[in-house]
Amino acid sequence: MLMAVSKESTSAFGQKFDSVPFDLPGIRKDFPVLRQKPHGQRLTFLDSAASTQKPKQVIDAVRKCYEEEYANVHRGVYWLSQRATERYDAARETIRQFVNASKTTEIVFVRGATEGINLVASSYGGCFLKPGDEVLISHMEHHSNIVPWQFLRDQKGIVLKVAPIDDNGELILSKLGEMLGPRTKLIAITHVANALGTILPVKKICEMGRSVGARVLIDGCQAIPHMPVDVQSLDCDFYVFSGHKLYGPSGVGVLYAREELLDAMPPYQGGGDMINSVTFEKTEYAGLPYKFEAGTPNIAGAIGLGAAVDYVSSVGLDQISKHESLVFEYATEQLSQINDLRVVGQAREKSGVISFVFDDIHAHDIGTILDQDGIAVRTGHHCAQPVMERFGVASTVRASLGMYNGRDDVDMLVKGLSKVREIFG
Amino acid sequence: MSDLRELYQEIILDHNRSPRNFGALEDSNRSAKGHNPLCGDVVTIYMLISNGVVEKVHFEGKGCAISIASASIMTELVAGKTESEANALFKTFHNFVAGDDLIELDDGLEELEVLAGVRDFPMRVKCATLAWHSMASALNNDSATVATE
Repeated sequence: MLMAVSKESTSAFGQKFDSVPFDLPGIRKDFPVLRQKPHGQRLTFLDSAASTQKPKQVIDAVRKCYEEEYANVHRGVYWLSQRATERYDAARETIRQFVNASKTTEIVFVRGATEGINLVASSYGGCFLKPGDEVLISHMEHHSNIVPWQFLRDQKGIVLKVAPIDDNGELILSKLGEMLGPRTKLIAITHVANALGTILPVKKICEMGRSVGARVLIDGCQAIPHMPVDVQSLDCDFYVFSGHKLYGPSGVGVLYAREELLDAMPPYQGGGDMINSVTFEKTEYAGLPYKFEAGTPNIAGAIGLGAAVDYVSSVGLDQISKHESLVFEYATEQLSQINDLRVVGQAREKSGVISFVFDDIHAHDIGTILDQDGIAVRTGHHCAQPVMERFGVASTVRASLGMYNGRDDVDMLVKGLSKVREIFG
Repeated sequence: MSDLRELYQEIILDHNRSPRNFGALEDSNRSAKGHNPLCGDVVTIYMLISNGVVEKVHFEGKGCAISIASASIMTELVAGKTESEANALFKTFHNFVAGDDLIELDDGLEELEVLAGVRDFPMRVKCATLAWHSMASALNNDSATVATE
């Protein structure tokens, strides 16, 4: 039911599809994995925040790449290499439009958001931050937006500061404001918190950062599959996300950065593809974005990610967002009716994630019991131990949504939880 | 459901609700910590050993029903054993839940049968073995924290 869309329509965030009702059965048909029957049961996949499933459009694009259009990129003069290069470059352009960057030179392919953040910490941080300079993060970051800054702290003597959150899991913006000062050089903050689902006011944070001359990096992993993102409107300096959370392949992600920053930053890794000329005395680096893409890239991954963006755009992010909000509200309402179930993270603005603890039953026991009914949820600390500790829990059950989820998935979860209760008595 | 009932049978749930030998042991002379980074579960094993015999074993920590019950059962089985018997028991248990073939348990180890269900849940084997690894570590005076990953 979903047609491949032309480049023109991808930039409009699917607004022209707004009049079309959300075709959940049609979308589900696009995701072959949903036909799997774990333990003989219908698959209820509620772990999209960890990684989304892939539509056949993405799988086909990856297969087509290998079957018909594969060779190394930016190298061969032959037909096949040229074709692969065109597809690879087209994927970059698709992504540029998707996040509304002004130039494709600002779109760097990386392995994922983790590598994107490490790239910025290592290259930008390593070059431009001095001992005593401050990097500000929030209390609800994923480990990938904590550890790279700790490396930098240990290597360069920067100061890592943590903006606090309240009991609902909301960032205390006034406190963040008070922590900003002339020494604040970088704010690295999540767009949507992976363990809690809180949507952060990132546009406002970018403004606050600018007012003290700090750069702002946004970890967009949990936002990009759920809401339109416009890096120019946000006015951020860096925006990173992973392809595999956006219905694309794993092993590929995107770092958006302002051109003038990328120009000023030294390369992250050295190797092929990132050079203009090499002698043993001196190397001249390639232009953007290739300066940051040493080695043969994840060619099929990037092409697959381009296809994923086309797919998401064809469904329409506004449509996806509306649909997911309805399912999310339904889930919140249903779960709130279960005795002894406590939702961890009750921010006013949330997206796609419900983290909870149930009675005194350990999340892993709940996960195992739900799994027997084909229900996939994440259990554990969600790579965000500091925020778990903030809420006094070692682990939670996290149900997270993708475009293919419906009320029936929520009903399965609720039913599964009553079975958990039955077993634990 | 039958696999689940096998995994979460009443004895397991009972040990989870009221774990035996739970809490720090004041007069312990060996201890070790265990940690499962996957889920954040932690366990500390305390042992009192005199003349080569395990007089008492206690544990404390946080974990799922499987890990708590397994730890609780372990403390009951290991108490009274010599050090070499306790080491042998650890190996037996490990083979029992994680070995390729289901092994017959010797007399006196019937209590371990309730953990046989774990064999059908490979992702949960580490939950069941964490306290046992930590016990072996305490027994052999290995001070490094045991990690399942």
